[in-house]
Amino acid sequence: MMTALDFSFLNWNVVSNFILKGLIFSTELTLVAMLGGIAIGTALALMRLSGIKWLVMPAAFYVNTLRSIPLVMVILWFFLLIPLLIGRPMGAELSAIITFTIFEAAYYSEIMRAGIQSVPKGQVYAGYAVGMTYKQCMQLIVLPQAFRNMLPVLLTQTIVLFQDTSLVYAIGAYDLLKGFEVAGKNFNRPVETYLTAAVVYFIICFSLSMLVRQLQKKIAIIR
Amino acid sequence: MGKWDWQVFLQDTGGGRNYLEWLMSAWGWTLSVAILSLVVALIVGSLMGILRTTPSKLLVTIGECWTELFRNIPLLVQIFLWYHVIPSIFLVLRGLPSIILVVFALGFFTSARISEQVKAGIQALPKGQRYAGLAMGLTLPQTYRYVLLPMAFRIVIPPLTSESMNIVKNSSVAFAVSIAELTMFAMQAQEETSRGIEIYLAVTGLYFISAFAINRVAMFIEHRVRVPGMIGGGK
Repeated sequence: MMTALDFSFLNWNVVSNFILKGLIFSTELTLVAMLGGIAIGTALALMRLSGIKWLVMPAAFYVNTLRSIPLVMVILWFFLLIPLLIGRPMGAELSAIITFTIFEAAYYSEIMRAGIQSVPKGQVYAGYAVGMTYKQCMQLIVLPQAFRNMLPVLLTQTIVLFQDTSLVYAIGAYDLLKGFEVAGKNFNRPVETYLTAAVVYFIICFSLSMLVRQLQKKIAIIR
Repeated sequence: MGKWDWQVFLQDTGGGRNYLEWLMSAWGWTLSVAILSLVVALIVGSLMGILRTTPSKLLVTIGECWTELFRNIPLLVQIFLWYHVIPSIFLVLRGLPSIILVVFALGFFTSARISEQVKAGIQALPKGQRYAGLAMGLTLPQTYRYVLLPMAFRIVIPPLTSESMNIVKNSSVAFAVSIAELTMFAMQAQEETSRGIEIYLAVTGLYFISAFAINRVAMFIEHRVRVPGMIGGGK
């Protein structure tokens, strides 16, 4: 026994009024958290590999703590703490952007650490031997190769990040999923909108992961 | 920010119990959801992972489709699908308690990741082992049962451990369909008491403890089943 599904209400007007806004926010959140996360993550990875105790310890603490707390709890923590720290309320969207950047940095940092470690040590010694400073060594020799080696993994993590952005549901930010939900409530068609949401997420994530697979084949360094 | 007020946990919730009792019952729900989902995920994920390594094109395709389907839809959306969509399409499922639906959602979502790892574990074995099994006259299922899987599962214990810890963390998404687990408790108790920091600290601590406990159990299993002379095993 099945009830009939009716998708006829999903026309362009509904899409542009409800869903597009959410899609734009989800995309924005993903891109900001990716760029910010990779930047902070790379810094954290360099700290952890520096061998200097007072740099290694805080970086390890940061990464391990965030990686062992559920993302939903992290989102709730920041939504609670940021207003207490800055002394005024903050919108759910901005709070989500800050949270995701800081949270994803922990995951990107582990990827970058593996990437940096994948560069043979001899290259660093070679850099020092020709008189390069630490900064030059990292900037000109190690990091470009680390990024290249880890690009597919970084992008795969970004797809996971895009999926995780749906969790801003916990603080009521208006993302892609929320857009579908609001549309479903307005037209009293929640079943159809949730199904469509699943299809849309699937198409986006599946095509992105296919692209990553193509890229992986293309950029693999032949050793 | 004011002073700590841990006595908030002794306040009455208005339902005949205090917040500490509610917290403990929420922890029970989190662990139940996580452990039941882990059972579903291990069974389905192993099956799909095995299918993807068989010589049959059809079985490989089934395994691949399953994995791609459940890996590319966000967990929260999958939970909504199980909770809102599936019971209204298949009316027989209407009466199911929501925890069962969440267990299937989280279990199937995780099964996609476990299938990847089991597949990688089987493929990590030298091809000769499969051929040797078949050449000895074992059937394909026997080859899997007695030759390939005993080693493959030992290889994948470390990634399965981190997946088991992930499942505890991911069980927090069940808040969205009002399962009375830790995150749901955190949100409601925070609203009712306005002692968010104490409440969140307690909940976060329990997540830490749960994930750590699962990690220890997995390490124990890894230690017990290791094969001397293989994959970092004993002497």
